[in-house]
Amino acid sequence: MSGDIFVIAEHRDGAILDTTYELLGRARALAGQAGGEAVAVLLGSGVAGLAGSLGAAARVIVVDGPGLASFSPTAYQAALVPLVRERQPALVLVANGGSGMDVAAGLSAALDLPLAAYAIDLTIDGNGPLVTCQLYAGKIQAKVRFAGGRGIVTAVAGSFPAEAGMSSGSPAIETIAPAATDDRIRFVDLLRPEAGDVDITRESVLVSVGRGIGEQENIELVEALASALGGAVSSSRPIADLGWLPRTRQVGKSGLKVKPRVYLALGISGAPEHLEGMRGAELIIAVNSDARAPIFSVAHYGVVADLLDVVPALTARLGG
Amino acid sequence: MSRDLPVIKVDQVFELAEAVVDGVDISGHWNRMFSQRSVTEYPTEAMDWITSLDGGESLRDCYQCGKCVPVCPVNHVGSYGPRKLNAKVLRGNNLLDDPDLWLCTTCGNCYRVCPKEVNPLRIMPAIREQAVLEGNVPAELSEVFRNLQKSGNPHGHSPRKRADWIAGAGVPVPLISELGRPVDVLWYVSDYTSYHARGNDAAGAMARILTALGVDFAILGNEERSDADSARLAGETGLFEMLAEHNIATFRKYEFKRLVVMDPHAYNAFKNLYPGLGWEGEVLHYTQFLAPLVDRIEFRSSVELDVTYHDPCYLGRNNGEFDAPRRLLAAIPGIRLVEMPHNRANGYCCGGGGGGMWLDGFVADHVSERLSERRVREAVATVGPGRADATNGTGATNGTNGTGARAAGEAGVLSVACPYEPSRFEDAVKSTGNDGRLVVRDIVELIDQAMQPPRPAQHPTQPA
Amino acid sequence: MDYVVLLKQVPDLAEELEIDADGTGLDREWLPFVASEWDEYALEEALLLRDQGHGGTVTCLALGVATGEVDELLATCLARGADRVVKVGAFEAPPDSHTAAAAFAGALAHIHYDLILTGVQAIDDLDGQVGPLVATRLDLPHVSVVTHIGLAHHHTTVTAHQEYAGGIVAEFEVQLPAVLGVQTSRETPRYAPVSRIRQLMKTATIEAMAAGGGPGSGLVIEAMAIPETGSSAEMISGNTQAIAERIAAILAERGIGTAVAR
Repeated sequence: MSGDIFVIAEHRDGAILDTTYELLGRARALAGQAGGEAVAVLLGSGVAGLAGSLGAAARVIVVDGPGLASFSPTAYQAALVPLVRERQPALVLVANGGSGMDVAAGLSAALDLPLAAYAIDLTIDGNGPLVTCQLYAGKIQAKVRFAGGRGIVTAVAGSFPAEAGMSSGSPAIETIAPAATDDRIRFVDLLRPEAGDVDITRESVLVSVGRGIGEQENIELVEALASALGGAVSSSRPIADLGWLPRTRQVGKSGLKVKPRVYLALGISGAPEHLEGMRGAELIIAVNSDARAPIFSVAHYGVVADLLDVVPALTARLGG
Repeated sequence: MSRDLPVIKVDQVFELAEAVVDGVDISGHWNRMFSQRSVTEYPTEAMDWITSLDGGESLRDCYQCGKCVPVCPVNHVGSYGPRKLNAKVLRGNNLLDDPDLWLCTTCGNCYRVCPKEVNPLRIMPAIREQAVLEGNVPAELSEVFRNLQKSGNPHGHSPRKRADWIAGAGVPVPLISELGRPVDVLWYVSDYTSYHARGNDAAGAMARILTALGVDFAILGNEERSDADSARLAGETGLFEMLAEHNIATFRKYEFKRLVVMDPHAYNAFKNLYPGLGWEGEVLHYTQFLAPLVDRIEFRSSVELDVTYHDPCYLGRNNGEFDAPRRLLAAIPGIRLVEMPHNRANGYCCGGGGGGMWLDGFVADHVSERLSERRVREAVATVGPGRADATNGTGATNGTNGTGARAAGEAGVLSVACPYEPSRFEDAVKSTGNDGRLVVRDIVELIDQAMQPPRPAQHPTQPA
Repeated sequence: MDYVVLLKQVPDLAEELEIDADGTGLDREWLPFVASEWDEYALEEALLLRDQGHGGTVTCLALGVATGEVDELLATCLARGADRVVKVGAFEAPPDSHTAAAAFAGALAHIHYDLILTGVQAIDDLDGQVGPLVATRLDLPHVSVVTHIGLAHHHTTVTAHQEYAGGIVAEFEVQLPAVLGVQTSRETPRYAPVSRIRQLMKTATIEAMAAGGGPGSGLVIEAMAIPETGSSAEMISGNTQAIAERIAAILAERGIGTAVAR
């Protein structure tokens, strides 16, 4: 066993994703305590050039093969299982997301390595790695350790600063071919959402609504408030699922990540998937009728009230 | 069960190719007028099937007299009618895919006049249950079923928030679980009273009245669940039973002398259905509980209002209580009670019963106007400004303290005793353009108002 | 096409969660359990696929756990239209994902399947998602966060959409048999009439399959805690007007809401 911390790098359109930098920064900070190095593992086809973007790593292992040109759960698993089995890293860090869930759980079952999911913090002390995980839609946090000291961590996006993983350096680059291939899942295409009328990632004021809005017709109230504030309306996932607002207005893990100057969270309870997308906002004001809603843990100002009472009053106050 | 009725069967009919009788040519298909009408022409499967259902039996007894037609409220606003329902079934329609299945509000007015006691209060739930079992339910209704199943209330609100209204009651409202002793009155607050903003108004008023009267009462709080009687009438018997089991288990946990309920549908369930499910006790609608105590209520102001009263189907016609609400209204100083043409046993349904409360969109496609809108027009004509007697400045009064009729421009009051009504009728007041002409008040709100010290403006709202 | 849906029950988040005396688990004594939301989406997708011309059967497997109402969950599956239901294992408390996956994988050795659907995640899967864990044990391909499933006519592959941040979606062609972790269903999960569930509770056959001891999660839970909500937020109280006033003032400090609309 080594003390290395592996970070499974994700990339799209020739660029490393922010979530990878978040993990890499953390791996770099912890590598000393782990007694090893921060190692980025980059899978792809002809991606050696991208390795240079992983300067925060001490080493980069590039697994290069034609079957890895795009993400495929089976191809990644076939390539990663032998690698992790052979190199015996202390920790494998994976971003919690569509591909990360497949990679992490697949590795865990194949290698009998424990997996700590939905991590929001990771430290190492005298007893080894300590992972803080979110459970029950963020209502509970668990601190867990790996029974054998080694394990896999899937981390919630936004848990660590990405900047720490973006430092430049000249890591040793090792290029290998995948030990095995598995084409039972074939990548076909990448589909992008149609550009919407509003780009919520560029708005400085977002008035965001969740289930607490109750009925579709109440969206009008929120639109009136957004217009009084010179901002745009965004939403949590349920509202987009219901089709009450376009998917392009959705904030969160499966939606867009936003960093407005002001984020008004109205009737949004604050599931971890939502918080991922908006916790970077400069000012967060949350209105929710449930005083225990997790949204209040990230908000700067909180109001325990029905948004249907507060919104019209605020709009009127703003002269909207 | 199908009965063995004698059937007259005609083996063969001879007809003339051409027939002229008394100089009139009556040639034509034989069935045009010469043969006797024979029920064997119709498929019997639908009637046999419905009458084989528990509760569906009486549909066969209909002899198409039509007495039900003019008294059916839904018939007034569309093509639906109880007699037509029977005719459809006779023609082989089992109603499972017919919108008519969901239009009956189980108000019971047809049953009241039916010489054959054909009873839609039992027939409709029986057929609807079969539709429910098939999953053949209008979407908006199944959404409410889902809420009731998940949260124990039709709104889908958290059961933990059921007693949140007590914060605004202005008096302490004890939870029976916290009292730890028997009480005289267990007050079943009910769904709309607990969760709807306008229901909360009535809840607060009731709490203040009970407190002022020194009644030893408590509520179940978060342990209370919906009576779901309207879901039962809409065909979800299992849901009704599931929630009844919960409520009965809760009732049994505590000692109380009587159950006082806000909602006539809950009253109906507890009084008429729960005994069959293993719980029996004294059940009173709040008007029945308060009416004998009315002399002890200390009124401090006179409300000076023209008021009419809407009999809830499940308090009035279907459970026979017409007087208690009227006794209460008569006792409130300043109230001039005027009856609408449809009153007491012939009260006009609001459209909310039997699942109608949760079928608004579905029903709208099959009626010319909502029953609540029709009822509101009747109320405006009775107590609203501009009506004949109001412009005369005399006012129809019940003989109270003779402070005289209010100005002809002021809003009348439609008083109610069912938590479905305030929001339902207030919506109808708006949609019929009667804003400012009629206000809707629960009887407890009127009592509460008259118990407060006189205020400069005594009317519940100002005309628009 | 034979579909298998893997389901479990999780604590009802409508209730207040409490930590047990050890400080390492939930106090489950009075906790109501409900079907995991994503598992319900998986079932709905399976029923839609079966009923939209592809035929076959839908078999539901649910973990048998003493703290929940697994019979009711399985009767609900039947009421919604499942063809066959099986209770897997007999656990005192909800097992970890690795143990659950081992139990499901064991049961699946005795059941025919072409496509296995389960919820992409559950609110209590601390040690990872059951779907890919089951798949890896059975050496099946797996896709998580699936938002669309399309069946090929030859029934040897399935098209699956995997969703990423920003609404970007990868389309995969997946060889069957396979496991898909369902993020959402095309339709809201259909209502299961309580009348029907209660009827089925009395009459339906709920098969049971034993499960061996699981591998365990390999995790040691040191502590569980309820994060302090509102600890960072300054709470604004008062009547609606006062609240609106205060929010407007906070926004005005930042020059927002005072300028004319764009």
